[in-house]
Amino acid sequence: MTDFRYRLPDRYWALGLLVLLLVLLPVFGCSPYLLTIMIFIGLYTIITIGLCLLMGYAGQISLGQAAFYGLGAYTSAIVTTKYSFSSWLGLPLSMALTGGVAFVIARPIFRLKGNYLAMATLGLGYIFYIMFSQVADLTGGPSGLTGVPYLSIAGWAFDRDIEYYYLVWAIAAMVLLASLHIINSRVGRALRAIHASEVAARSMGVDIDRLKAQIFVISAMYAGLAGSLYAHYVTFVSPSPFGFHFSVMLVVMAAVGGLATVWGAPFGVAVVVLLTEALRAVAPRFTGHGSAEYEIIAFGILLMLVMIYIPQGVVQGLSGIYLRRLKRRPIAARMDSRNLVMLPVLRRWFKLRG
Amino acid sequence: MSAPTLQVRGLHKSFGGVTAVHDVSFEAYLGQVVAIIGPNGAGKTTLFNMISGVFPPDDGEIWLNGHRLDRLPQHTIATLGVARTFQNMQLFSNMTVLENVMMGRYRHEQTSFIEAALGLTNREESQTQAVAMQHLERVSLAKKADLPASSLPLGEQRLLELARALAVEPRLLLLDEPTAGLNAVDAVRLAATIGRIQANNVTVLLVEHDMSMVMSVADWVVVLNYGEKLAEGRPEKIQTDPHVIEAYLGQENGQGNANGSWY
Repeated sequence: MTDFRYRLPDRYWALGLLVLLLVLLPVFGCSPYLLTIMIFIGLYTIITIGLCLLMGYAGQISLGQAAFYGLGAYTSAIVTTKYSFSSWLGLPLSMALTGGVAFVIARPIFRLKGNYLAMATLGLGYIFYIMFSQVADLTGGPSGLTGVPYLSIAGWAFDRDIEYYYLVWAIAAMVLLASLHIINSRVGRALRAIHASEVAARSMGVDIDRLKAQIFVISAMYAGLAGSLYAHYVTFVSPSPFGFHFSVMLVVMAAVGGLATVWGAPFGVAVVVLLTEALRAVAPRFTGHGSAEYEIIAFGILLMLVMIYIPQGVVQGLSGIYLRRLKRRPIAARMDSRNLVMLPVLRRWFKLRG
Repeated sequence: MSAPTLQVRGLHKSFGGVTAVHDVSFEAYLGQVVAIIGPNGAGKTTLFNMISGVFPPDDGEIWLNGHRLDRLPQHTIATLGVARTFQNMQLFSNMTVLENVMMGRYRHEQTSFIEAALGLTNREESQTQAVAMQHLERVSLAKKADLPASSLPLGEQRLLELARALAVEPRLLLLDEPTAGLNAVDAVRLAATIGRIQANNVTVLLVEHDMSMVMSVADWVVVLNYGEKLAEGRPEKIQTDPHVIEAYLGQENGQGNANGSWY
């Protein structure tokens, strides 16, 4: 018999561990540069979790996710600079607007499948990108909007990096937790069912189109939330960060982390962001100028390597390799205390949970 | 007699000029097991697909307890209480045995998307698990609840698919060749389970090639041939109907025998 007594699921322990590491990071010394990078990793993690839900669970591709990120950023920037709203209002407004836009376009866009859906989302990304630079009265055109206020919630202004680091990661952790809840509910079960057999899922009463639309809306809301946080962090928005290039980078981050689990998101993002920074530091020594044109080559290679060798992404892929290594070793070696702790935990998170 | 649970009127479907089902009508009453029989290609599965909403009929009407089903999307038909199994099984291979049956409870669960995101699911999840477990016990698969569904042998996969469909607690249950590919022992186990369904006021439509099973569980038999209804009636009457014997048994032995081992 299966035991139905309530047990704290493994995901809470895993999340607790992640939060603990993130809380401790600045305590053990962290340069301002690293702190900034960590804030961006947090922002991109929020978007990438949504993309993992959309691509890995609902099985739909989006090459226009940067549009929602931009829409969130511009919403916050516009309501605070043009209409003098309190800065904290930017967050819910951004989420509501991106969610609303996604809701309106979900039905028509999900009539398309596969490559056609990819093309449509790509077009969507371009439409918003062009709007950001052309609706100059609202957006400030190509030069953007300056003077976006720092985020201030209940009189507390988040104007220092360390504060913003904790805020962004607290929100990222909440987003991760909410996504894990969705995955481990009847909704998540229905999403997995769609992957195995659409006709059987429908015959159980699953409204597949509606479910796909809901996931699309929530992924857009995550992106809008991240965009709003971005605007209040850099206090300046212009169209360039929200183009096609960034949409592709988000897909790369999601794929590198692994689409089959939202746990992959923070790791995939970290790999890509740290690689970008490493290239930026190293490339000028060889080329004598910037690294921008080499970045795209490096990411192309990274994506190919991941797809060929660890198509499940770094988290599941590497833990899978670790587990296989461990199995090949003699029993005595496996009894190493570190392995005893890690083995069941890893197996449970990454193998069974999928 | 009371009104029929299922009423099929003048159903028609063709695929690019090939008529798969032509002017088929029949009725099924509460608690009945109605067997749909006929040679391969007679249109049995097409009929099932129309009733369960996989595709709409070209013409005709399908009524379930006063609800018109044709033209409704498949998931709505499911929520009105129609469950089915599939000829080529459609288990959720990426889930455990228990999770498969829990999917059957989908239409009984209330948790919305927002509640799920907030994690307000524990109570309903454990209820769903408990009910799913009862359904597994009924087909003697409770011990295998946590195994991957794809690891079960074929006979138990058929039983699992049946348990999943029963977990829907349907008013109408469509079973598409539930014993296909099963050995005699598993087939008997499955027939016994189907026999028990009747006690639960579920109306069952059964497509089946195993005549001994049809004769033992069916209350009414509808015979299809080349997409048209050839005959219908009580099993013992169908068994001796000369048209049926000619069409269905063909030239092989020309005559059915009373034990029902017709092929």
